Amino acid sequence: MSATVMQRRPAVRALLADRPADLLVIAGLGTPAYDLFDAGDHDGNFYLWGAMGGAAMVGLGLALARPANPVLVLTGDGEALMGLGALATIGARKPSNLSIAVLDNGHFGETGMQRSHTSLGTDLTAVAAACGFAWTATAATVEEARALAPRLADRSGPALIRLVVGAEPLPKTLPPRDGAYLKTRFRANLGLAPA
Amino acid sequence: MSDATAPADTSTAAWKDAVFAALKGTGVTIVNYVPDAGHARLISLAEADPEITTVVLTTEEEGVAASAGAWLGGARAVLLMQSSGVGNCINMLSLVEACRFPMLMLVTMRGEWAEFNPWQVPMSRATETVLAAMGVRVVRVERAEEAAEVVSAAADLAYGSEQAVAVLFAQRLIGRKVWK
Repeated sequence: MSATVMQRRPAVRALLADRPADLLVIAGLGTPAYDLFDAGDHDGNFYLWGAMGGAAMVGLGLALARPANPVLVLTGDGEALMGLGALATIGARKPSNLSIAVLDNGHFGETGMQRSHTSLGTDLTAVAAACGFAWTATAATVEEARALAPRLADRSGPALIRLVVGAEPLPKTLPPRDGAYLKTRFRANLGLAPA
Repeated sequence: MSDATAPADTSTAAWKDAVFAALKGTGVTIVNYVPDAGHARLISLAEADPEITTVVLTTEEEGVAASAGAWLGGARAVLLMQSSGVGNCINMLSLVEACRFPMLMLVTMRGEWAEFNPWQVPMSRATETVLAAMGVRVVRVERAEEAAEVVSAAADLAYGSEQAVAVLFAQRLIGRKVWK
């Protein structure tokens, strides 16, 4: 693979450069969750360790509950493909504060690096556009990813950002996996009391 | 459509209005739903209410994830579906248990009483078993006069104690689907 292919962790750090204080981030299971944690843990991060296909919908529920906060869903192409219907649901609801960033390496990296549908014909930006997303973008370089960062908070969504990244294996950097802890921490960050 | 001409499962009925009032009374502001004739009245009331955000889903497990996300942000959501949709939720309910999210599901039963369509029967038979297996508390509503109270109590259990609760509306209560 060419040395010019963007690596996923610099891509995530570029997208989260100058992270807005009120930005809330949902990470899909697997490598995107590790990438988000590697970019810097934050009480406004919620890491999924399962719920494959559900990351975008967790983001939609959050975006509707917190219309004043920008919400980012950071996930992978395999996770996004499993929940493709969510793009139609989000396109129907059109939350302006929701962005979905897909780390697209064209492979199912957690399960043996089989080629995914994005290597076999599916263009997730075209799907999102066809579902009524307000805008989509593709970033293939760190500079392009960094240029999109300010748009996460500009309430112009729903948006789908495709980050074209390499499929090289990386060391795992594991966030906490106690879901109740992560939930309570996330809610406390928003001033919400435990039950 | 008036009650005189509507099939029973899409008709208006006082208990359906009372269920909506119970949801409002417990602070639900988001209604995630897969359309179902038995829920048609509830959905139309929700869509007409400026304090309620409705989300039409392409499949039921989307609603499990969306309701969890709503709670992360401090909002109470309810998920409406038909019994056939319960099967679509199975793995996503792991999210609910792993994070101890509250989850309130209102399920209209098919395939259990005067059912015309045999394809509805298997999932109907499995509905309670599947929910229980995934840690969801199940309560059935058989009589119209108890519906609102059961929904209100289920909501209090779900949101007060961060539990997953499914209220199953019996097909006999919903009424016959008219095939003509």
